[in-house]
Amino acid sequence: MKPFRVHKGQVAPLDRANVDTDQIIPKQFLKRIERTGFGEFLFFDWRRAKDGSPDPSFVLNQPRYADATILVAGKNFGCGSSREHAVWALDDFGFRAVIAPSFADIFANNCVKNGVLAVVLNDVEAGEIVRRATEMPDYEITVDLEQRRVHDQQGFSAAFEIDEFTRHCLLEGLDDIGLTLQHESEIAAYEARNSVSQTSTSE
Amino acid sequence: MNEKRTLFDKIWDEHVVCVPPGRLPLLYIDLHLVHEVTSPQAFDGLRVAGRRVRQPHRTVATVDHNIPTEPRGTPITDPIAARQIQALQQNCKEFEVPLFDMDSPDQGIVHVIGPELGLTQPGTTIVCGDSHTSTHGAFSALAFGIGTSEVEHVLATQCLPQRKPKTMSIHVSGKLAEGVSAKDLALGVIRQIGTDGAAGHVIEYSGDAVRALSMEGRMTLCNMSIEAGARAALIAPDETTYAYLKERRFAPHGPDWDKALARWRILASDPGAHYDTTVQIDASQLAPFVTWGTNPGMVVPVDGCVPLASDSAIAADRSTFERMLQYMGLEPGTRIEDIAIDRVFIGSCTNSRLEDLRAAARVAKGHSVARKVRAMVVPGSQAVKRAAEQEGLHQIFQDAGFEWRESGCSMCLGMNPDILQPGERCASTSNRNFEGRQGRGGRTHLVSPMMAAAAAIAGHFTDIRNWRFH
Repeated sequence: MKPFRVHKGQVAPLDRANVDTDQIIPKQFLKRIERTGFGEFLFFDWRRAKDGSPDPSFVLNQPRYADATILVAGKNFGCGSSREHAVWALDDFGFRAVIAPSFADIFANNCVKNGVLAVVLNDVEAGEIVRRATEMPDYEITVDLEQRRVHDQQGFSAAFEIDEFTRHCLLEGLDDIGLTLQHESEIAAYEARNSVSQTSTSE
Repeated sequence: MNEKRTLFDKIWDEHVVCVPPGRLPLLYIDLHLVHEVTSPQAFDGLRVAGRRVRQPHRTVATVDHNIPTEPRGTPITDPIAARQIQALQQNCKEFEVPLFDMDSPDQGIVHVIGPELGLTQPGTTIVCGDSHTSTHGAFSALAFGIGTSEVEHVLATQCLPQRKPKTMSIHVSGKLAEGVSAKDLALGVIRQIGTDGAAGHVIEYSGDAVRALSMEGRMTLCNMSIEAGARAALIAPDETTYAYLKERRFAPHGPDWDKALARWRILASDPGAHYDTTVQIDASQLAPFVTWGTNPGMVVPVDGCVPLASDSAIAADRSTFERMLQYMGLEPGTRIEDIAIDRVFIGSCTNSRLEDLRAAARVAKGHSVARKVRAMVVPGSQAVKRAAEQEGLHQIFQDAGFEWRESGCSMCLGMNPDILQPGERCASTSNRNFEGRQGRGGRTHLVSPMMAAAAAIAGHFTDIRNWRFH
């Protein structure tokens, strides 16, 4: 996993609440068995008009946001399906961080596994970033995981919370399967204690 | 330990392998359900790292999401879908994971076959790369959806580092009225607490109305809890639970059954145990519900209307309201019963079990599907299909003009050829009415199986409480 420490980049505002993972990556693209190449399908239906041509009104189709690497959105971002393809698509498209007032649990977990930072700011703070990204050309912010802070060069600054372990994994880009396997002896001991009492798929 | 513990606390405590300093607790996973869509990249990850599946016998796979519901043996015309199914077959063979394949008599939607086979048991932990894993909480299994990286983690270690979620008690007092089902209760919960109302929480449902539900009804209720943002949902086990599980293939047998019962009987929350959040619902106030918008919280009673922009709940977010109405092709204030439909889908991990099909068949019996409506019934599993056919339910559906299909996820998410065309309006027993969920431009209204069957016949939504049963 790639580490996340401090990232400065342009912001694209997606001022909608409850953006579900069906919108982020529609189902027809879930049949692929690879982890890569999902970026071109990001927000596929929202990016296209009924006739299939690009919809110029959708934020990610606007040339001014072409280089955005930070997405700011409404509350409950990433709700619905557990599909990690949603994070793969955001990542592959070039987003390093998403800022919202809240995230669905599974989506937030999936972000961590891919080195994408899900930053929770309150409604007012996230709304202010949406406003600035909408009104100011080439609006950039810095997402600083080391300092747990989001700030721009026009005076905006907000702290965010993140649990220490998640922060540590992101900062170091740790493979958490490797970390769990450090506890192989404890897992084996647990299994020995509970061998008969739990479900088994062998008849 | 003297403190009073909830059902959730008891399962959690039992499964913590260790709490490494400065890290999240490592939770042991008893059962890992696998399907074709969210697993190929996880198996690839194992191969790249040279890792094996730690406990193949705590893992079980099936194909459900993208398989056709045409008669089995019909070739899969979508080469990408076919490749994904082949990948699962190869992965299961290579890593020695049991697979209920396309041609298996046990194939079905992963959340239908787990309970059906007796794999889903009280007091266990279950994960699956699928958000509707919450379904299994009906049996008091702590069951939650995970992403593909976590699928790989569980395959490799049989554990997951997990932040301990909060707890929410939802107490449902009273009795559901005739015509008001577990699906309506689930929609009523989301209507009350919102689509993120239970985020970060494990819900425990209790109360007379919950106790009165069959296991099928409890599964419907727990299934939809993810639509309220819940990490998982639980219902304490009781005689209904044990009666369902007894003699199931993978359930304990003989002396093991008695030992299991003894463990299960002490799972219920201790009286006075603490919950982080508490919600009360009066079952008698619930009605047959219909969703009008593009998230499962946009719920109104069937005898109600599409909201007006002036409704207090709507005023906060006018642009979302207008966007939803535009997508759904609806006008504010339209009577729900005046909304005509094109398609009906009875199926999905929410409502495709025998009880659901019985309820729908009871409505359909002696009636005919409206001329312009195309209606399909997709049993949740091959076992459900066989049982329904033994009772003659398929005959009732077919006589009424419903299509009777093979088992799978089908039009719940439209990964197979069962999709809505742009602009088509569907009464669906599934769980999500998101934009494009059932096909680009498709308009989904979530309802119970009875309400879906009635809508198929009437050609528009109609109040099941006034239905003429034959």
